[in-house]
Amino acid sequence: MPGPLALAIWYVGIVLEIAFVVCSIARKSFFRYLFLNTYFLLGLGSDAARYYFLSRFGQSSGEYCYAYFYTDALLTLALYIALISLYARVFGELRFNRHVRFGAALLLLGTALFSYAVVAQSEKRLTTDFAYELSQNLYFVGLVLTYILWGAVLKLRETRTRLVQFILALGLYFSAYAACYALTNLSSRYSVVQYMSGAIGCLLPLTWTFTMLRHTEESRLEPARLLAVAR
Amino acid sequence: MMAALIFAVSVVTLLMFFVSYCRSLTAASSSYALSKEVRDVTGIHAFASGRDFARVMQLLQLCPERPQDRLGLRAVAYYFEILNLLQKTLARLTPSIQSWAEQERAGCANFAVVALDRRIAFSREILAQQGEL
Repeated sequence: MPGPLALAIWYVGIVLEIAFVVCSIARKSFFRYLFLNTYFLLGLGSDAARYYFLSRFGQSSGEYCYAYFYTDALLTLALYIALISLYARVFGELRFNRHVRFGAALLLLGTALFSYAVVAQSEKRLTTDFAYELSQNLYFVGLVLTYILWGAVLKLRETRTRLVQFILALGLYFSAYAACYALTNLSSRYSVVQYMSGAIGCLLPLTWTFTMLRHTEESRLEPARLLAVAR
Repeated sequence: MMAALIFAVSVVTLLMFFVSYCRSLTAASSSYALSKEVRDVTGIHAFASGRDFARVMQLLQLCPERPQDRLGLRAVAYYFEILNLLQKTLARLTPSIQSWAEQERAGCANFAVVALDRRIAFSREILAQQGEL
């Protein structure tokens, strides 16, 4: 079993995921942000599955390893779809939705093919390697897509506070995760790095719940104030 | 080498998203009309300046906490510290950064004043509910 701190971070994450779903139901925005809610509901399902395999087979078992990497790949895919739903909302008024969906499907297929090409050489554990590779590559694609979406938000002078804050929180999450992955490769011997990814996992439900609680769908902000430029 | 490069790039993007996120928080409170009570308590009549931030944060601690404010206040407080650091270092060399940082610090202070206003209203609501009981 993981240590008490890792378990505590895991429980906090679960509570925050539930909080987001409850808040969006209470604010009558569940279907408006259906894909964001689906991501957290899948997250809760993954937590339950991981806990089952962890308590039954132990942390170092192959079963837990399979469960962890497959649920991780599924969650990354769900987050990718949630990101595309934010794209659809930003570009919705420009009637680009069909192009956005087509582009997203093409990019996903390209990422899956690239991930397969990378792991195809290794014969051992091809399926888990593929799940890990796909997850890692989708995180990178997600970071780049969020950056592009943020550029579009600024260019289109988006004013919807909730939408802007959801996108920024996603950008924060993706960049923090990428930094954490890199730091793990650089200095995995420090125990603090092991807890960082769990803590970063709490960041997204925390910021999104905060946005859901604090702002209504009608809240607007001045787009000019979002540009962080020293004049 | 590659990991160090990815780390550096992701820290830069993290910082950029953090600044933008904090700006979106402060921008959301820029058009808020302050109540008479908060204007009397703080002595701020139109728009706060960066120097007011620490004082307003102390006043905030005197009021009961609103769960909706907690994360925003913490994020803005970190942002304010980054701006202070920027003013003490890089902004000394570039006047445009100096004025931009001061403008941002004022935005942070304004966010804190709006939070104080909301907390005062929240305290009044609690008192009114207790009075009814």
